[in-house]
Amino acid sequence: MPDVRAIDYAGSERLTMNMGPQHPSAHGVFRAILTLEGETVVGVDAVIGYLHRCHEKLAETLAYVQYPSIASKTDYVAAMSSELAYVMAAERIGQFEVPKRAQYLRVLMSELQRIASHCLWLGTWCMDMGGALGGGATIFLYCIRERELVLDLFESLVGARLLYGFHQVGGVRYDIPEGWTAECRKTIALIEQRLDEYEAMLDDNPFFTMRTKGVGAISRALAQDVGVSGPLLRGSGLNWDLRRNQPYSSYDDFQFDVPVQAAGDCFARYRVRMVEFRQSIRIIRQVLDGLPAGPISSRPGVKSLAQVKVPKGEAYARVEGPRGEVGCFLVADGSNKPYRMKWRGASFSNLAVLPHILIGCGVADVVAIMGSVDPVFGEVDR
Amino acid sequence: MTAGHDRLTDVRAREMLATVAGVTVSGTGATIVAEVASDHWREAAQFAKDALGCAFFSFLTAIDWKDQGIEVVAWVDNLDAPFAVELRTKLGPGVTACASIAAVYRGANWMERECFDMFGVRFDGHPDLRRILLADDWAGHPLLKSYAVDTPHPPYR
Amino acid sequence: MSWGALPPAVQALVMGGVILGALTGILAYVTLLERKFAARLQSRIGPYRVGPRGLLQPIADGVKLLLKEDVIPETADRPVFNLAPVVFLIPCLLIFGVIPFAPGIGVADLDTGVLFFLAISSVEIVGLFMAGWGSNNKYALLSAMRAVNQIISYDLPFIMATLVPVMLAGSLRLSEIAAAQSRLWFIAYPVIGQIAFVFFIITAVAAENRVPFDILEAESELVAGFRVEYSGMKFAIIQLAEYAHVLGTSFLGALLFLGAWAGPGPIWLGPVWFLLKALLVFLLITWVRWSFVRIRVDQILRVSWKLMLPASLLLLLATAATIVWRTPHA
Repeated sequence: MPDVRAIDYAGSERLTMNMGPQHPSAHGVFRAILTLEGETVVGVDAVIGYLHRCHEKLAETLAYVQYPSIASKTDYVAAMSSELAYVMAAERIGQFEVPKRAQYLRVLMSELQRIASHCLWLGTWCMDMGGALGGGATIFLYCIRERELVLDLFESLVGARLLYGFHQVGGVRYDIPEGWTAECRKTIALIEQRLDEYEAMLDDNPFFTMRTKGVGAISRALAQDVGVSGPLLRGSGLNWDLRRNQPYSSYDDFQFDVPVQAAGDCFARYRVRMVEFRQSIRIIRQVLDGLPAGPISSRPGVKSLAQVKVPKGEAYARVEGPRGEVGCFLVADGSNKPYRMKWRGASFSNLAVLPHILIGCGVADVVAIMGSVDPVFGEVDR
Repeated sequence: MTAGHDRLTDVRAREMLATVAGVTVSGTGATIVAEVASDHWREAAQFAKDALGCAFFSFLTAIDWKDQGIEVVAWVDNLDAPFAVELRTKLGPGVTACASIAAVYRGANWMERECFDMFGVRFDGHPDLRRILLADDWAGHPLLKSYAVDTPHPPYR
Repeated sequence: MSWGALPPAVQALVMGGVILGALTGILAYVTLLERKFAARLQSRIGPYRVGPRGLLQPIADGVKLLLKEDVIPETADRPVFNLAPVVFLIPCLLIFGVIPFAPGIGVADLDTGVLFFLAISSVEIVGLFMAGWGSNNKYALLSAMRAVNQIISYDLPFIMATLVPVMLAGSLRLSEIAAAQSRLWFIAYPVIGQIAFVFFIITAVAAENRVPFDILEAESELVAGFRVEYSGMKFAIIQLAEYAHVLGTSFLGALLFLGAWAGPGPIWLGPVWFLLKALLVFLLITWVRWSFVRIRVDQILRVSWKLMLPASLLLLLATAATIVWRTPHA
């Protein structure tokens, strides 16, 4: 009989369990080496880098006209926000004008993207907690059904469902076609209705609240110290939303609320994102009502690689993506390629909080917390 | 955060920062750029956190200026005022050691590991300095300008 | 040679064979029923390509599992690993031996039918733990430990809930319990019947490791739990056993609360009604499964020991009091 590997039960029952990189709830490729004592986590070593493609080196080899399509591959679930950070940084250094219509279109796409991204978040989070063969899958399929509607809108606009290439330095590349506005209004009306259903299903559901209330609380001080942003920061009581506090791309033209919850646990973050859904719909309606006519780019018809040159300078442009602060720190040297580009991924900082909050919770809570942190590993590893 | 920080404006913060040893303040508006001498790096970060109320840690990275050496850049925010402080320190040609601010800002832990991984900058005082994005047995530091984009590397399992 | 002339042993054997055969067929199609039901809940269609409207899907699945390679981990404890599916399956099939499908039709109508059912169905824990242990896999072991914990905790309120119809009928023999419902189904019994049925469903879901109590498999955490190392026919046996257990409990529920074979029409339609009622209970359990997220193991145990056990004890006392109060004293 072959040797059965003995588990050392001497002293305390410590078990080292590997979660990932292939794991149904790792949200991508993530490896957490958990040290368990019974069911409680007593140690975490988060191993990342499985999706590292060195975007920062890649950006040094690609011109400003080439990179925006690649930027979408960092946070691939919210590609519009990713591209926006990069082009905004280039525009800030070069002081390039962005026409009003382009700014409104950018806001429109960012908010639609937020809705699509949050749909995916809710679906996958419930699926992690409820099982792929169980109630979680039901909510997952409902959310994906809604997300498909938004992706259809993107497809009729850009031609792609997931990774766009919509933004360019100086504006946007595509204008909205005939009939798109009507379709958009129909879609968001339908999504608003369905949101009521989701809230009815989950808000007072005792199973759901048992799994999420009090789980994974991030204190205010820890949140700021580590640098988490987005719904994690607002779920911990800090009223900080880049769209409101450092408005970019005409966000100050629109009325919207910024949800803040004090508890800092998974349920608080859930509530923040559910309100963000509705606020995004509100912003979209305002954009569609007030969309000005005009050019969609201050540098139309970019055909050659050498056309966009950014003068010497540095800038850090930050965008409120669905996961938080997505930033691009760009150092330009006057040529058509950046000298140095640092990508500040929201999920990288959000994930960095995990070793601080996972200690002391059960294995099942690890899954619930990971889902509520909502990492996308394209952003973590770049 | 004490009550004084709510009323702390970026103008006042700029003045306060200028008084710290080894710091040269520049920049305009709500972003204060502070050039810090490399031996005062940790004190400057501590000052930004305690006195200026910059509790939000955004990122820490490095820029390879080729002959002039590596420059480490950190960005912290005061979310109440609001203003941002961009702390920069030039390590000097050929120098690859820098003080670690992981004890000041917990977010710097992973950011400094990434800097070490990509630039080879060793952060003194970091609790667990090892590669974060690349495999542990990777040779070289990719974001250095001396590392060619098409550097051949052994195939991994 | 008429049926009655055969010796009882042969009668039981033939009956057992027929029931086992029918059961296997029903079980295969119950999986399809679950998939179609779940699909409709999730606004999709479910299997529909294999055969007309997907009706040949279970057969395709069976053939697939038969043809799969049987992978045994190198460091697995072989005898334990190989025997576990069988030890898991046998109790789950044995429970059908004591259920009467119509008055007089059944393998064995024991005096202590309910007790036999409950006792035998708990033996499956042994098979479960053997699977978890024999796999020599941390995930499997963790899951097996949770499973034993959970099933033992929920078997107690389960027994209490089944004891309510037993008390109302005054007998442990299943055919007598079914006959006692000729006037009024026990689920229609004011208050007590409904509460007992609800408790029965809750504890049945928990004792069968179904969502929201399926922490032992928890695919998103433990990746299939105790069955993670099984493939091919052994996996098929484990699946069969699980569904058999769920279906057996549904039959029990239909018998204890829904009047078993009582229904309009001629007497030979009885087993059909029984099957339909059992499927109704099964669909109720399935509906719960596809609607809720699961709860943590410590919460599951808290619900069991702090809520279900005291509540079911109180229910039992209330039933006893009601019976005494309602029985006219001689």
